[in-house]
Amino acid sequence: MSEIENKAENGSTESAGECTTGDTKDDKGLGLGVIFFIVAFIVCFLSGTLLFPKLLYSKKEQPFNFDHELHVGEAGDCDACHSLRDDGSFTGIPKLETCLDCHSEEPMGETDDEAIFTQEYVVKEKEVPWLVYSRQPDCVYFSHAAHLLGKDEMDCASCHGPIGESTSSRPYEENRLTGYSRDIWGKNIFGIKKNSWDSMKMDDCAECHKEKNDQKGYCFQCHK
Amino acid sequence: MKQENTKTHKFGMVIDLDKCTGCGSCMVSCMSENNVPFKDDESDKKKSITWMRVYKLTNGKSFPDTEMVYLPRPCQHCAGKGGHGHSPCVSVCPATATDYGYDTGIVSQIYTRCFGCRYCMGACPYHARYFNWWDPKWPEGMEKYLSPSVSPRMRGVVEKCSFCYHRYQAARDIAYSQGDKNEIPEENYQTACTTACPAGAIVFGDLNNPEHKVHKIVNPDPHPDTFNKHVVGKSRNPNVFRLLERLGTNPKVYYLSEREWVRKAGDNYREGEWDKIKNHYGATSTHG
Repeated sequence: MSEIENKAENGSTESAGECTTGDTKDDKGLGLGVIFFIVAFIVCFLSGTLLFPKLLYSKKEQPFNFDHELHVGEAGDCDACHSLRDDGSFTGIPKLETCLDCHSEEPMGETDDEAIFTQEYVVKEKEVPWLVYSRQPDCVYFSHAAHLLGKDEMDCASCHGPIGESTSSRPYEENRLTGYSRDIWGKNIFGIKKNSWDSMKMDDCAECHKEKNDQKGYCFQCHK
Repeated sequence: MKQENTKTHKFGMVIDLDKCTGCGSCMVSCMSENNVPFKDDESDKKKSITWMRVYKLTNGKSFPDTEMVYLPRPCQHCAGKGGHGHSPCVSVCPATATDYGYDTGIVSQIYTRCFGCRYCMGACPYHARYFNWWDPKWPEGMEKYLSPSVSPRMRGVVEKCSFCYHRYQAARDIAYSQGDKNEIPEENYQTACTTACPAGAIVFGDLNNPEHKVHKIVNPDPHPDTFNKHVVGKSRNPNVFRLLERLGTNPKVYYLSEREWVRKAGDNYREGEWDKIKNHYGATSTHG
């Protein structure tokens, strides 16, 4: 105790002794420290928010561009292509067969994407390997029937957003660590959401379930 | 637990031990239905994972009085003391990786949530839970045959029978598309073991629905047992019993046998204990 006190006293006397000459020098050191801290903070913060998502997600392009707006105009609402089967299961992204209801080996439009579609897939009778933005992890069970036909009769946009108004397919971003689509966590790296479709995590499901059903539900309601 | 517009189900099973031939079809169908991985040596029961397991019991008498019975044992989906959902495994899980579905009576197991402490395995009186010591290895090309409705398990988690919950999910989807989500016809939701049993020894259905065959056989008592208030849903059929019934775990798997020694084998009775209680429909507790 006494040693510390001595040191403290010595320290204070020393600094007091140098006071006349070293006052401005000390302030400069402190100022540099503060500047260094602020700069380092900004660098870390920016690399965390701007660089980290770039490193975390890899980008993949869809096989070719798909114009949702055009198709909604031509074919009708979402359920013209994405529908429920008779047993209540969901068809998801349509197979080539559904596309061929309208399309044929002759391109319908003049875009490059239409040419790719007919040459690579329709002529070769190959399924288009679409990358599914909203693909959930394997442990998740999601019933489209329960949400579309249940008591709340939700619409597609409440989870998928205004995708029917898009004219081009954005790149598919895959989390390098988990292999999940970026749409699950959401675009915002902090997990802040403005719209109900901004993220599709378990918490987002639970939030809505709690609001509508007074409880989050049992594990098996959404898991398998 | 309030849930709007919910008619609660209580799915249960009754297994007729007099019909069971011990063929093992239920075990095979269960493994293939639920993507249960198999080991190099499946005969090593310390390592193998069997959600449904057939045990062999004998009456211990020598020829010509020897009798044998095969007892299939899935997860018992215990409702816990008083039927309040405090199953032995659910109440000990520190991760909430397993919970009791009050809407179905089914005990879940969420593999991504489980961190493998195996506390539930210690708590389960029926040895119905299994630990994955290794990642599953499928022979080449076999991954393509796995069921997409059941999530495969990874190393380090516990797994168990789910009463083929994915079949309930599928049945509910049908119910939704037909207008009433709570109307699940008996034939729309049957477990894999039930449908596979060639002897028809396994009957599955909703214990809350008097129309279902399982309810007709079991005829569960809605009131707590007079001798042990922890026991609820006791069968009023004198030939029906549950395993270790007096513990008050209240399993939803019932067993049926006309033979007295088989019913007695459902618990460990002390000398003279059985005779006192055997006439109280099915065996129940006088102590504990």
